Amino acid sequence: MINTWLPYILAGIAVGGQYALIAIGYTMVYGILRLINFAHGDVFMWAGLIMVYLVTILPIWASIIVVIIFAILLGTSIEKVAYRPLRSAPRMSIMISAIGVSYLLQNFALYITGGLTKTYPTIKWLQKSVKIGSASTKMVTVITPILTIVLVVLLVLLIQKTKIGMAMRAVSRDFETSSLMGIDINRVITVTFVIGCGLAAIGSVLYFSNYTGIQPMSGAMPGLKAFVAAVFGGIGSVPGAVVGAFIIGVCENLIKGAGWTTFSDAFTFVLLIIILMVKPTGLFGEKNIDKV
Amino acid sequence: MENTLSKKTKNVLTVVAIALFLILVYIGDITISPGSSWKMMITVIEKGSIFALVAASMNLLNGFTGLFSLGQAGFMLIGAYTYAIFTIPAKSHNAVYQYFDGGLIKWSLVEILEDKIGIVGHYIGMLIPMIGAGLLVAVIAFLIGIPVLRLKSDYLAIATLGFAEILRAFFQWNTLGPVTNGSNVLRKYATYDNAIFPVVVSGICIAIILLLINSTYGRAFRAIRDDEIAAEAMGVNLFKHKEMSFVISSFFAGISGALLAMFQTTINATPFNTVMTYEILLIVVIGGIGSITGSIIGAFLFTAASEWWLRGLDAGSWLGINSSLMRPGFRKVVFAILIMLVVLFYAQGIMGSREFSWDSFLAWIKGRPEAIKTWPARRKAKAAAKKEARATKAAARAKAKAAKDEGEAKKASGEKLFTALPVSDEVMVFGKEGK
Repeated sequence: MINTWLPYILAGIAVGGQYALIAIGYTMVYGILRLINFAHGDVFMWAGLIMVYLVTILPIWASIIVVIIFAILLGTSIEKVAYRPLRSAPRMSIMISAIGVSYLLQNFALYITGGLTKTYPTIKWLQKSVKIGSASTKMVTVITPILTIVLVVLLVLLIQKTKIGMAMRAVSRDFETSSLMGIDINRVITVTFVIGCGLAAIGSVLYFSNYTGIQPMSGAMPGLKAFVAAVFGGIGSVPGAVVGAFIIGVCENLIKGAGWTTFSDAFTFVLLIIILMVKPTGLFGEKNIDKV
Repeated sequence: MENTLSKKTKNVLTVVAIALFLILVYIGDITISPGSSWKMMITVIEKGSIFALVAASMNLLNGFTGLFSLGQAGFMLIGAYTYAIFTIPAKSHNAVYQYFDGGLIKWSLVEILEDKIGIVGHYIGMLIPMIGAGLLVAVIAFLIGIPVLRLKSDYLAIATLGFAEILRAFFQWNTLGPVTNGSNVLRKYATYDNAIFPVVVSGICIAIILLLINSTYGRAFRAIRDDEIAAEAMGVNLFKHKEMSFVISSFFAGISGALLAMFQTTINATPFNTVMTYEILLIVVIGGIGSITGSIIGAFLFTAASEWWLRGLDAGSWLGINSSLMRPGFRKVVFAILIMLVVLFYAQGIMGSREFSWDSFLAWIKGRPEAIKTWPARRKAKAAAKKEARATKAAARAKAKAAKDEGEAKKASGEKLFTALPVSDEVMVFGKEGK
């Protein structure tokens, strides 16, 4: 019994870790701006795509660093160009702007790739096979949850112990009051995007190492799932997003294991609707945000 | 406005304009040969009218009821499939459902009715599955609406987007293959033979949407959009009206899905994804959220630009410009940038929340010669105003810099910039100031 399910659980934990890295970007941005950053999944996809092109000119380790820097630049410039001018506009317009950016990023990727599926470079060390119990799996499956948890602990320390972390918490609690208290809102938002996009870039290296193929729509589904994970864990809460992501990753792979692959995507949305009906604040959500 | 037209004249004008348009479309479709580059215009009219309908239905929901729903593509999918499944000719079933033993449904409504009552039956056989598609979508939307419509703004958006994805997975499910053909395409079903068909059908549907918006229900929808709490206090049943708007909007999305199936002649669940919903939303935004006329104009502009005017960008030369940058996909990039510009700098869209009326149209036409005549003057005035604004800004900046320099200089010379307020020793008691 355990032997048949173990590979799926392992794969689920790995995918969960990758979703978690994306979900942090969603949950932090939503916590501060109250905006579903629809473009986040596409930043994730772009990080993967740039990696494909970079490895042809740079060694792997250098291209990973460049990819992370690229994703951070992309994310912060999206914020500057598309979200900052609409800061005081109604929430619907800023969401439409996010959708427009997502559309632009996807179309641009379509243009660059010519609509072809690109093969993600193999990072040898991540592809090494290891044995856990009776199941043999790739190194990336083992590395992902460990790396995710290390990064999340670091992030939580940053949020709890540093001055910028305190500013972030203040801004997510009350946007206007904290700006009156002399917090540089724009700087806090930029830092949020830097963290979110950096983690998404790391996530993309792990995620695409697992899937090999990458195309312009690759970011949409993981992005939506990561958002659902963020809602599931309680939007605005980083540990919540991580727990939510792991739960979604494992459940999704168990469903695949049961032979219901068609519905593995649908499951995520069923979960979203159930959680919004039953416990709209999510697992770790603290205060009652006006969403239901 | 002094010289408004009488209601009768307006009605006559509307009827004449619509009739003229229909006649032109009909004749155009018959006379333009398939090889001509003007054939593209007919394609744009067909596809544009289909997207005008779905954009109007989305506008009813997003712009008039204030429900930010992103499920339109999913509803179009159900509409398209329902229509196609019931109109595939009996003899083609084996070819279409080649992996599913000819499918479950072995008959076609179009053929049955055509046998009974001739050519009229052919069209009735097309209309019944189309309206049936709309009704099925409405029922499904009703069921989805019960849980989903309790959510607000972005949560509603994500939940409806999620349902659309679930529907897409469901229609590609292999177990349903005998009905939906799994993930294979459906084809060979009945289609229309003149561009006038989608134009007329979506015209009628949009007219119904307009009537609805101007009715008491429409006013209730707008009340909900503007202020839910106030609307509820005024006796508007929130859930009932939201559900109504959702169901009606989905019904028309289903109809447009059926029309899209006819337009494409083959359908598959894959393209009915989030990108399609985004495109419909962007049409609504370009036209103006809260304006049906805007949605129609937006739909035609969107399809004309993406299918026709910007085609050259993909082929390598456009407006006489040749560039190696222009290869397949470039059109969509330019297009997406244009849309972003609209979203960022022209957020109210083409029509804002205004609707077309003959009075304002004629006033606009009358105003044109005057506007053109005064255009250089206005431009000069605008440039002067801009220059002035720049000058004031520069002056303010210079002043601020001077003040700062002065402060720096004082600081450097050791002068105290701020004098501390005197601290009083006495405790002030309210009402006993100064003893």
